[in-house]
Amino acid sequence: MIEAKSLTRRFGSLLAVDRLSFEVEAGEVLGFLGPNGAGKSTSMKMITGYLPPSSGTAVVGGHDIVSDSLAARRLMGYLPEGAPLYGELSVGQFLAFVAGIRGFAGRDARSAVSAAVDRLDLHEVFNQTIDTLSKGFKRRVGLAQAILHDPAVLILDEPTDGLDPNQKHQVRRLIRSMAEDKIIIISTHILEEVEALCSRAMIISRGRIVADATPTELVRRSRYHNAVTLMADRLETAASVLGELDEAREVEIREGRLTVFPSGRGRLYEAISRTLAEEGIEVSEIQLEAGRLDEVFREVTREEAA
Amino acid sequence: MGNTLMIMRRELASYFATPVAYVFIVIFLIMAAAMSFYLGGFYERGIADLEPFFVFHPWLYLFLVPALGMRLWAEERKSGTIELLLTLPIKTGEAILGKFLAAWVFLGLALALTFPIWITVNYLGDPDNGAILTAYLGSWLMAGGFLAISSCLSAATRNQVVAFILAVVVCFLFLLSGLPMVLDLFRGWLPQVLIDTIARMSFLEHFNALSRGVIDVRDVVYFSLVIGVWLIANRVVLEMKRGG
Repeated sequence: MIEAKSLTRRFGSLLAVDRLSFEVEAGEVLGFLGPNGAGKSTSMKMITGYLPPSSGTAVVGGHDIVSDSLAARRLMGYLPEGAPLYGELSVGQFLAFVAGIRGFAGRDARSAVSAAVDRLDLHEVFNQTIDTLSKGFKRRVGLAQAILHDPAVLILDEPTDGLDPNQKHQVRRLIRSMAEDKIIIISTHILEEVEALCSRAMIISRGRIVADATPTELVRRSRYHNAVTLMADRLETAASVLGELDEAREVEIREGRLTVFPSGRGRLYEAISRTLAEEGIEVSEIQLEAGRLDEVFREVTREEAA
Repeated sequence: MGNTLMIMRRELASYFATPVAYVFIVIFLIMAAAMSFYLGGFYERGIADLEPFFVFHPWLYLFLVPALGMRLWAEERKSGTIELLLTLPIKTGEAILGKFLAAWVFLGLALALTFPIWITVNYLGDPDNGAILTAYLGSWLMAGGFLAISSCLSAATRNQVVAFILAVVVCFLFLLSGLPMVLDLFRGWLPQVLIDTIARMSFLEHFNALSRGVIDVRDVVYFSLVIGVWLIANRVVLEMKRGG
């Protein structure tokens, strides 16, 4: 378990992280979301023991990150932002070094390295110098280094940043496959990633938590939740007819699409399809919206900024 | 101790994976030879010893050791690997010592590769080989002093050029602190006791005896202290600069 207790960090007069408190249990994949400079990376740096907090602390698996830092660090695997690596070494040399520091020796070290290499599919570049690798491979070497000792806690700062869609998919699959018995904290500003990966999303803005819920719950806060968006001929007519419905609260036309927001009374979707059929309006596309995370994100982070 | 050795091995692997190691060794050997033969008059003196070789080592180290040491921490800071290194379960002191030892062992290797000059002097005459060995060890110890200074100052910046210049300046002050030119800087605003202390801090002073093969415990203790104090300072700088 990770427990952050009023974690605070100042850089001069700038308050980067402001009394951050939360708990994470094993099995959770927590997504840190937030605009650039919100304090995501700073929080991760404090939890992993790189940055000493200005005040407050965090406890990782029973070990305080300030007073018992080494024990806490043993439990964690960390991918720093940008996946920095010793570029002049080969992948094999680098992973062997990390294995050594993680306390593996001899045959154990070799099997830990080869398990990580298997998991991230690094066989073909094993003897290659890290500097000569593509961005995708470098990121995977960074991940291999983080999971090498099968840590109880994985902290990944923007693990898919700069990867192509296939590589992103692969990294997400890896994270999902490890999620079951670990605590995983990832930071990202890719919202789809949170929906695809995280069991819990925490939106951070200006160093404070402004939302903490499952991605589904967050999406429900969107005003688009349960709204119906459609494309049709005679959009203006459709808008005025549908606006009259008891089930509809308001209508909005944007970019050639009509969105009808629910009033909460009755079933909006059925009412709309019935009405459109009666009016003889041709519909080319219609969908019931779950909600839009980007809109919720903008909403909660803007409120804070204002 | 295990962690220190592993960090040292990784660091050494990095030296030899890049041209740094080879370029450094080649330049070191060329300059060491050039200084002893041209400036020192190795042949012309007609004496079978290595004094013209060792006497220039402080000047050789003044530029070459900061060049080797400038990357120790500045590069880790610049590339971000420092975050990787310091979140591994190792003590900061182990990381500092491991990196320092790697560079020091490497300097030892470069120094050992000057052995042809030792063979030459043995071929030409009958030198005191015990004195030569002492001088070699003294030279290596002094190189450690320069290196500890460079390592500490490398932790103060993420810019290797700045680290290099700072290290050269500080090493220069330590080298010459016994000369009036440096002491005059302090005269007038520091008490005499401190000026005497500064005068006694000179690398040249302490290397002089060692380079002639005379082991004075005070000189050995002096260089060991210089290394120790600067490595402790290195740790303080590193902790202060964390993530800043």
